[in-house]
Amino acid sequence: AMSRKGRKLLVDSLTRSAKHFTKSEVECLIKLFDTLVAKASSQFAGAGFDRTVFRDTLYNAFGMTDDVVLDRVFSTFDRDNTGCITVEEWVEGLAVLLRGTLEEKMKYCFAIYDLNGDGYISKEEMFQMLKHSLLIQPADEEPDEGVKDLVEIALKKMASTYLFVPFLLQDYDHDGKLSFTDFEKAVRDENLLLEAFGPCLPDIK
Amino acid sequence: IFSKVSISLEDSESSSETDEDEQPVRRQEGSTDLSAEYWGIQKLAKYVKGGDPTATLIALCSMRDFNLSEETCQLAIKDTGCLEVLINLLDTEEIKCQTGSLKILKEISQNILIRHAIADLGGLEIMVKILNSPDTDLKCLAAETIANVARFKRARKTVRKHGGIKRLVELLESISVGSSYQAKDTETVRCAALALWSCSKSTKNKKAIRKAGGIPLLARWLKCSHANILIPIVGTLQECASEPSYRHAIRTEGMIENLVKNLSSEHEELQMHCASAIFKCAEDEEIRDLVRKHEGLQPLSALLDKSENKQLLAAVTGAIWKCAISRENVLKFQEYKTVETLVTLLTDQPEEVLVNVIGALGECCQEEENQGTIRRSGGIAPMVTLLTATNPALLVNVNKAVGGCAMEPENMAIIDSLDGVRLLWSLLKNPNPDVQASAAWALCPCVENAKNSGEMVRSFVGGLELIVNLLKSKDKEVLTSVCAAIANIAKDQENLAVMTDHGVVPLLSKLANTNNNKLRRHLAEAIAHCCMWGSNRVAFGEAKAVAPLARYLKSKDPLVHRATAQALYQLSEDPNNCVIMHENGVVKLLLAMVGSTDDTLQEAAAGCIANIRRLALATEKAKYG
Repeated sequence: AMSRKGRKLLVDSLTRSAKHFTKSEVECLIKLFDTLVAKASSQFAGAGFDRTVFRDTLYNAFGMTDDVVLDRVFSTFDRDNTGCITVEEWVEGLAVLLRGTLEEKMKYCFAIYDLNGDGYISKEEMFQMLKHSLLIQPADEEPDEGVKDLVEIALKKMASTYLFVPFLLQDYDHDGKLSFTDFEKAVRDENLLLEAFGPCLPDIK
Repeated sequence: IFSKVSISLEDSESSSETDEDEQPVRRQEGSTDLSAEYWGIQKLAKYVKGGDPTATLIALCSMRDFNLSEETCQLAIKDTGCLEVLINLLDTEEIKCQTGSLKILKEISQNILIRHAIADLGGLEIMVKILNSPDTDLKCLAAETIANVARFKRARKTVRKHGGIKRLVELLESISVGSSYQAKDTETVRCAALALWSCSKSTKNKKAIRKAGGIPLLARWLKCSHANILIPIVGTLQECASEPSYRHAIRTEGMIENLVKNLSSEHEELQMHCASAIFKCAEDEEIRDLVRKHEGLQPLSALLDKSENKQLLAAVTGAIWKCAISRENVLKFQEYKTVETLVTLLTDQPEEVLVNVIGALGECCQEEENQGTIRRSGGIAPMVTLLTATNPALLVNVNKAVGGCAMEPENMAIIDSLDGVRLLWSLLKNPNPDVQASAAWALCPCVENAKNSGEMVRSFVGGLELIVNLLKSKDKEVLTSVCAAIANIAKDQENLAVMTDHGVVPLLSKLANTNNNKLRRHLAEAIAHCCMWGSNRVAFGEAKAVAPLARYLKSKDPLVHRATAQALYQLSEDPNNCVIMHENGVVKLLLAMVGSTDDTLQEAAAGCIANIRRLALATEKAKYG
């Protein structure tokens, strides 16, 4: 249990680092954190909570259901990769999720989609994320063809390494991938592409 | 580009723009090969239809890379069935998908076929619903798209029937016109105003806007300084200014001041709409006065120099025309040498400008000085040339202007030398009654002021027969003007004789049973003058013209009294007419007028009574020896 002074220092420091919350909001978030830690196994000796609790919380709070995405969100929050979300990671992560500026959100989303963390969103990664996105497939087509095609469309739209060519001329670099610069430019051009590969931000309804 | 069936402007439309109510016909395609765009769009449509929101968005964003302002792409979207898909997306609650779809619909709805298709597919209703969305960007897109689609009547009606007008007016209220508002809020107002502007072309929508409390809001936004908001606001006002209730509001809510102020804007489009609004409102005398009081006449006159922008010029000349109906305004225009500038615009201008220029000059003629100014600026010749035009609206104005100028003898000489009177006379044959009437009116001063007027009139082959036969017209204005002209022509004895041969007496008599004071006046004058030949007085009596004339004396119009008294005086030279007059109580009515301050009336009344009494006395004497 933290001392009152310690607590106050924590609130102050988090309010500064998270930037988007007021002191009272930070306090509420810390309280929530404590509740979650209590629910979690004592694996981390009270320092944080694990993936399972995290995913449940996000599902209950924001209705986020996609497993792949939820996993990625956890990994993004868990910056030091300990498998445990600390209070700092919690508050600062939520700051971006709920009130991030466009720049912060772009970095966040890109990190989500960059499944292997290599700084690029590759075609394979896009395929992974989009493979369940086509609900209706024509019977005579191979199921994956549609998804592959969609990946090409997305890459064409967003990557600067692609030249814009008329649709039927499939002439491009087969190792096409999306850098952060590409992603950022595409999103600035068209805000709707922020969550291009799947919803990863809470729906503010 | 599309072959349209001919447009008919019904009363319910006020705009002079061509409307597209007829179902547009598609241009025949040259080849039957489907374009590359067709296949590309079809593929994307597949993902929009069959994908979850994520896939849909990728496909929608990709679709915008096509050149959506190009017709091939627009039609491809329609032909692939993608349009239905886009509209179905609007009906979901997925804000991002709705946004992506509207971004496309907004672009392609510039195409007339697409607009009709969107309306046919029920897209408008959904867009009106979206106006209630909490998402500002979405609302703006919906409003802008509605603005595009509502360019035909059925669409405008649909918007109204689904509560769209009310909602759009509410959107105007979103924030106050302070200096500290967010760009997003003004964007909402701008888009809502654009939609209202499109919708306001229908008369019922004009009413709906008013009922929804739109007028004070329009007045409020008129005071802002953003040109991109002002343009649709003024556009809407100008569209609605054909309604008296709007004109009333424009007067009372102080809008004239803002309209005048914006005449000096640096945006020509804004200037044009302001001038247009003034053009439409200046039918009202109070508004004409307000324009002058807010010093609007000078900027209007100055704008005549911007003669390359024809739409602007048409609006400005229109505003000047209507403002010039008021004499005080004409005097002001004289200070700015407006008349001289207008004369320079009599040549090399499109018809829509000419109609207004000539209208303005016609009104300016009410001030004698301008009649001379027009001549000195070389305006008479181009005016007479315009008498050969075919556009009826133009002809009506030309006739009025020529008539106005003909009041000055020096002008009359020029008009005559250019064959102007003959041209006016032949306009009496024009099928349009307004043209006929205005020509007849113009002939009055011509006949009065021309040298050797009688001879001149006789020189027009068949001219007298023509004008007498116009007494058979069913149009009141034609009848009135022709009577006025005949009254003038009849001052020449020879011409009166010819007209009598053509049956002028029975024709005039047939018209006597009327309650229209203007007609009564000129008819009585014509009768008075036509009495001065042969046995016309007797003939009028036999044609039963006297009793109706007697009734005219009961009217309240002093001009009618004067003309009637003159007619009765002339008619009373014949004893039978005196009897009829006596039977119809003329003496009593005329006695009241003997004390009038109008000399002509006084004399005629007295003279008529004297004749009647003389006859009565003679009859008494004959009876009783």
